[in-house]
Amino acid sequence: MEFLRRALNPWGEDVPIGVSWDLIWAAVIIGAVFVVVHALMVPKKVGTGEVDPDEAEGLPEKLQRHKPGARGFHWSMSATMFALLITAFFPVIGIQFPWVTIHWIAGVLLILTVIYHIYHVFAKQDFWTMWIDRRDIEEGKQGLKAALGKADAERPRAGKYPVDQKMFHHVAMVATLGAVVTGVLMMFRIDNFLWAERTYMFSDATWGWIYVIHGVCGIGLIFLVIAHVYFAIRPEKRWMTWSMINGWIDRDRYLENHDPARWTVPEAGTQAAEAEGD
Amino acid sequence: MAVIRDMIPPFELYQPAGVDDAVRLMDEHGSDGWVLAGGLDTFDWFKDRIKRPAAVIDLGGVDEIRGITGAADGGLDIGAMTSLTDVAEHADVQGRYPLLADAAGLVATPQIRNQGTLGGNIVQDTRCWYYRSGWPCYRAGGNICYAATRRSMNREHCIVGADRCVAVNPSDTAPALVALDAEMVVVSTSGERTYPAADFFIGPDIDIERMTVLEPGDLLTRVVLPAPWEGARWYFEKIRDRKSWDFSLVSVASTLSVQGGVIQDARIVVNSIAPYPVRMGAVEAAIRGREPSDETGHMAGEIAVEDARALRHNDYKIALTRNLVRRSIRDAA
Ligand SMILES: Cc1cc2nc3c(=O)[nH]c(=O)nc-3n(C[C@H](O)[C@H](O)[C@H](O)COP(=O)(O)OP(=O)(O)OC[C@H]3O[C@@H](n4cnc5c(N)ncnc54)[C@H](O)[C@@H]3O)c2cc1C
Ligand code: HEM
Ligand code: SF4
Repeated sequence: MEFLRRALNPWGEDVPIGVSWDLIWAAVIIGAVFVVVHALMVPKKVGTGEVDPDEAEGLPEKLQRHKPGARGFHWSMSATMFALLITAFFPVIGIQFPWVTIHWIAGVLLILTVIYHIYHVFAKQDFWTMWIDRRDIEEGKQGLKAALGKADAERPRAGKYPVDQKMFHHVAMVATLGAVVTGVLMMFRIDNFLWAERTYMFSDATWGWIYVIHGVCGIGLIFLVIAHVYFAIRPEKRWMTWSMINGWIDRDRYLENHDPARWTVPEAGTQAAEAEGD
Repeated sequence: MAVIRDMIPPFELYQPAGVDDAVRLMDEHGSDGWVLAGGLDTFDWFKDRIKRPAAVIDLGGVDEIRGITGAADGGLDIGAMTSLTDVAEHADVQGRYPLLADAAGLVATPQIRNQGTLGGNIVQDTRCWYYRSGWPCYRAGGNICYAATRRSMNREHCIVGADRCVAVNPSDTAPALVALDAEMVVVSTSGERTYPAADFFIGPDIDIERMTVLEPGDLLTRVVLPAPWEGARWYFEKIRDRKSWDFSLVSVASTLSVQGGVIQDARIVVNSIAPYPVRMGAVEAAIRGREPSDETGHMAGEIAVEDARALRHNDYKIALTRNLVRRSIRDAA
């Protein structure tokens, strides 16, 4: 299997021109194997419902997990991401249609979505909720042991985001930013109404690597999306998926999975009102 | 064009005697195989050593797809291996489809028409010289169009239908076949398929590396012309740099059904302005119910170029298209 597509440019130099399309299938197969192995090895542990009544005191029944803006971001990101993946890869695997214009416009929408997200994170949310600290690493270790069935291991409760979600976020962020930055540059090679063509802005080899990075990030996102969708529909995670739709989680799920010291929900009264309003 | 080196890289030559054998061989070799008809496009590629297939399937002995016969519904059935001369000089083609006879008769030179086939003329690749020089452009699987930049030599390139690639379809018979509502019969190991000529050609938006729907393993066997329209009028004109022989800069093929002095139906097709022959649907709709006058032609010419966008060196094609469409309505006979 080859990793790169290469060609001889007009000056006889051997330059990369893109990533090998065989890697699409590699990503799909690795994704499928990951899903099957995970589904077989990790039991679907749906909540025990055991919560500490002291901790529950004063908390409303519904707690807001995602503000409308955060949910809007998530679904806009997923719509544009699916549009990008479909327009990029379906034509390569033989389902052909005019893809380039839809692709770059979806790309521009994705960029707007990401800009909104960055603004939202800094202005409205707590940036540090996604940060991985020492407690997350400990949580990860214990969680892994518990998932692999170690008798005495129990996964500690997480902050707002469990460590595996944080890791997913960071990897997806790198892949998305890689595709975004290279995608914006690639728009100088195609006809678009935002800016004029600058085909020779970089050397052939540099352009080649830009295409390679775009392809690698895109193919990486195939795997990440498969894994993400799989976790979203696993029975023990569905409450989290629902919260991305309706915004709230119930108190028991909160206390069962989150450490109130690490994720402090705002004032109970305001919280309940907001959750009702969503 | 690249320097032609006389030695062609080696390949396995297969000479099937029938369509079944040919498609079996094509299926066996997939994208490593190459169909050889008259060889006029083929040998350019081979001598320039740009295309290096492992196997060449020569259709020279496949007689069942050579020749012209009457089709069931009063039309004509033309085998893909029929030479362009035979198409241009056939009595039925001249008598009932003078549009096609004109188009085939204007291809290149007598020698090339003797050797070149209708199938090869339809399926031939674009003449974009960057691509023909073996440069790794989009059409060759790369990530650049050398012809679309502000500094490119793009006088012969397209004014509509571009999608990263701005090459044009060079065939003279293709627009005539679209204007005649021809059907293309394609055979592969999975059976026979038929395409209306207008759907047979595809643009780079769908697949930047192909000009037709044919995929490896697909053989164009026949072109079927339906019975011509009652009282049809025709027009074919090809504009080229020199009168002796040359590819078209713009060509137009039209068929008009005129009754009571009014256009009932029309097919207006322009080639060499896009990566595929362009059927001008908006023009056809606009001229229905009108007289085939200069005024109608003038209006049609304006509509024809509404979506056109010139590259650095080919804005003359806009004026040419406008005028050819106008003439193809006014002067159709
Ligand atoms: C100097 C020169 C001037 C020319 N001028 C003109 C011109 O003015 N107008 C014009 O229209 N053309 C012109 N041509 C093109 C020429 O007319 C030929 O028709 C054309 O190049 C190919 O026909 P061929 O039979 O030689 O096919 P080939 O060269 O053998 O094949 C051409 C392509 O079609 C494929 N192919 C051929 N037959 C089939 C089939 N039955 N099924 C599937 N695939 C097939 C081959 O694999 C190849 O890719 C010119 C060519 C030359 C060399
Ligand atoms: C994030 C998900 C994305 C994925 C999975 C993805 C995937 C791809 C792939 C596989 C290609 C083909 C590359 C090649 O031929 O080597 C491509 C082309 C392209 N992408 Fe993306 N892309 C994404 C995001 C973007 C973004 C954000 C933009 C820009 C705003 C963008 C702009 C483009 C352009 C302009 C092309 C065409 C380039 C050309 O053919 O020359 N993409 N994309
Ligand atoms: S016009 Fe098409 S064939 Fe010519 S260089 Fe550009 S991509 Fe290649």
